[in-house]
Amino acid sequence: MKKQNILAALKKNTMLIVLVLVYIFFMITTQGSIFKPMNFNALITQNAYVYILAVGMLMCMLTGGNIDLSCGSVVCVLGALGGLFMVTWGWNTGISILAMLLIGIAYGCGLGFLIAYVHIPPWIATLAGYLAFRGLGTSILSSNSSTGSIAPFPETFLNLFSGKLFKTKMNVLNVPCLAAGIIAAVLIVAAVFWNRISRTRKGYEVESLAASILKALLGAAAVMLVMWKLAYAGGIPTVLVWVVGVVLIYSFITSKTTVGRHFYVVGGNMEAARLSGVNTKRIMFLAYLNMAFLTVISTWTVMARFQAANSTAGTNYEMDAISACVVGGVSASGGAGTVLGMVIGATLIGVINLGMSLMNIDANYQKVVKGVVLLGAVAFDILSNKRKR
Amino acid sequence: MAEILLGMRNITKTFPGVKALDNVNLEVERGEIHALVGENGAGKSTLMNVLSGIYPYGTYEGDIVYEGEVCRFTNIKDSEKKGIVIIHQELALIPEMTIGENMYLGNERGKKFAIDWNTTYAEADKYLKMVGLTESSKVQVKTIGTGKQQLVEIAKALAKQARLLILDEPTSSLNEEDSRALLDLMLEFKKQGMTMIIITHKLNEVAYVADKITVIRDGTTIETLENHGPEPISEERIIKGMVGREMTNRFPKRENVKIGDVMMEVEHWTVHHPLYPERKVVDDVSINVRKGEVVGIYGLMGAGRTELAMSIFGQSYGVNFSGKLKIDGKEVKMKKSEADAIKHKIAYVTEDRKGNGLVLSQSIKVNTSLANLGSVSNHMVIDKDREYGVAEEYREKLKIKTPSVEQLVGNLSGGNQQKVLLAKWMFAEPDILILDEPTRGIDVGAKYEIYCIINDLAAAGKSVIMISSELPEVLGMSDRICIMNASKMIGEMKAEDATQEKIMAAILQAGRGA
Repeated sequence: MKKQNILAALKKNTMLIVLVLVYIFFMITTQGSIFKPMNFNALITQNAYVYILAVGMLMCMLTGGNIDLSCGSVVCVLGALGGLFMVTWGWNTGISILAMLLIGIAYGCGLGFLIAYVHIPPWIATLAGYLAFRGLGTSILSSNSSTGSIAPFPETFLNLFSGKLFKTKMNVLNVPCLAAGIIAAVLIVAAVFWNRISRTRKGYEVESLAASILKALLGAAAVMLVMWKLAYAGGIPTVLVWVVGVVLIYSFITSKTTVGRHFYVVGGNMEAARLSGVNTKRIMFLAYLNMAFLTVISTWTVMARFQAANSTAGTNYEMDAISACVVGGVSASGGAGTVLGMVIGATLIGVINLGMSLMNIDANYQKVVKGVVLLGAVAFDILSNKRKR
Repeated sequence: MAEILLGMRNITKTFPGVKALDNVNLEVERGEIHALVGENGAGKSTLMNVLSGIYPYGTYEGDIVYEGEVCRFTNIKDSEKKGIVIIHQELALIPEMTIGENMYLGNERGKKFAIDWNTTYAEADKYLKMVGLTESSKVQVKTIGTGKQQLVEIAKALAKQARLLILDEPTSSLNEEDSRALLDLMLEFKKQGMTMIIITHKLNEVAYVADKITVIRDGTTIETLENHGPEPISEERIIKGMVGREMTNRFPKRENVKIGDVMMEVEHWTVHHPLYPERKVVDDVSINVRKGEVVGIYGLMGAGRTELAMSIFGQSYGVNFSGKLKIDGKEVKMKKSEADAIKHKIAYVTEDRKGNGLVLSQSIKVNTSLANLGSVSNHMVIDKDREYGVAEEYREKLKIKTPSVEQLVGNLSGGNQQKVLLAKWMFAEPDILILDEPTRGIDVGAKYEIYCIINDLAAAGKSVIMISSELPEVLGMSDRICIMNASKMIGEMKAEDATQEKIMAAILQAGRGA
């Protein structure tokens, strides 16, 4: 590889490198505590909601930097309703889940309609939701429970969204988990080389062999590391399956489908997209419908993790999702950003949170650090793009 | 021998990897109008940015000598203090503010923390009168037309006590009438002793106003032509300097002209303004185009040409449509949908390629496939290989100059962007192409290539409607010419019979009749 190529590769993967450096920093400051299996598990279970919500937020932001401020409050109100259905009214788990999904989708349709067809600016429409749903959720909870929270949820529900697959004891090697890691690693290597081979055969430009090998090995190694650690923490967290599923599906949608492409062009130039036959209103509608859909999934994972519906559930979740996107390189003006980038951004914030907690840093200072990181990421992005011109 | 007001000597400006200016020399005499011409990317704007201090002293080599002294400007304020004022191509007025507020933006009258609005508006009115505007300076900018906005820009420059006025493409967004008024205003200023530099692509304007013409090509000065004789300098002579060879033919010959049956027909087409529904923007227009035919639509800006085109294309502009649209002899019930228009094999290639034609932040590939993404996809999954292949095919066919189709469209020159826009619509495989100002703001060489593409399309049996504000282009390219004025179709003539005089006469007559 030439020096220029290496520099370009470094620049393209800045956030990944920052993630590794930050991780090493916390390895030192926490005396390796962050590297324990338990903390790998914590990283995933604590941040699952961010990954899922941020995928939805990414789709909204792609359409032109639009955001959804209401999703945190929607998590609260949906959780309250779910508690009401499953605990207070004693509905069957499946029916409760379905009811929550339908309510979420109805909200998404309404929100999408207001934004896409009535042309209410997204941040105003969702600011209204942010205020209203927090109030609604709290009032449902306080009128149905003396403590202000509803619990316990049935086992069938908890097992769907929390706990472990093929659970074993801590610090005992969990074979299915390791096996899943090996399969995933092999698939990553195969995918990289299959892509390379097919490109070579068609005579397209390919990256150097060294780059391909490095990419495949790093990807496989990262997956193996995570799964190996998780194998000693009791197995695959159920919620990881949901997160990986959502991430993979939306990676595919954004990078390979016509609908995904339309999200990018609408954000890149709404008028050009419209005059090229793209139904821009439908894309805006879909963005918010989809956001509501993912908010429902996120709500399930949050309810199962806390094992109760609280009036504080979902507080600031919208900000976590926006931060993950922005740190992950999603353009604040739309038209650019990838699911993979967002995943790195969300992980970086997650690692910083976890590391600071392990270091026993005061929660208030943690917020300060997060604010600085957010600003730094965007400033870096803007400055490094400026120099190009 | 008149006094030299400005001398730019041996100016060299390098950007990383490129030498944008290489030993450029420019001499401007006091009281003259000096035209700066050259193809896009020749270095005209760079030179003016050096002069005005946008590229500060030290980032270039060479000397700027103004009024006999060597100047070292570090920012625009420095050069403005000396009376050198640039009016940029893009209007930089804030629509919501008043004319007066705009004119004194960054140059406020009064004390440091208290703007004296009485002085501001009084002075603004004085300068507005000088540029021939009767509007009050208390009127919001958004309420006046583009032509008048351009005049406000000039008044704003005058308010800065300009002694050397630089106008960068001042007429690019003006119609013929407003352009002429602006040029006459420049001649009037010259009489009063103002010195001006004009950058423009429109060579007829150069011939009309300029005393001297400096031609820049590939970052070097080629020649300076005098334009003093009784006969204005010929456009061919200027073009020769710009492109480095004689352009004997500005319009390529049409070959295989085989005009077939009527492909599309519009009858009694009426469209209303989207915001003021009582106003007709297209009024009872009928037009048809045959297979293999190029129909030119000429009209002044605001005549309703773009509105007509966009309303035909899936009713993408306007409200309250009436009239009939027939394609291939059959009446089509058109929906308000661009996708539907594309399905009916109509393409509308916009006049505003950056604003609503291209997604500048995306690659050539993405832009090329955009209007027909379905044909490179299986069940909504894009076949990236096929998409790449298509983009490559059009890159070769249209000679788009780029290292790769993965290049972002925003990094291309105007001419190449226009080709990408054409590629997008050619790939949509339309039978009817409506081209709106297809050569606006692109250089002579690229224009010729676009003309060739248009001829190829017609030869392939497509029906082409070409909207243009440039008379020579309409005359040189069309088989038939339709003339629009004030939302109405006022005339139609065969290309053989048409002359510039006849077309202008038709417009003047219609104007008088109304």
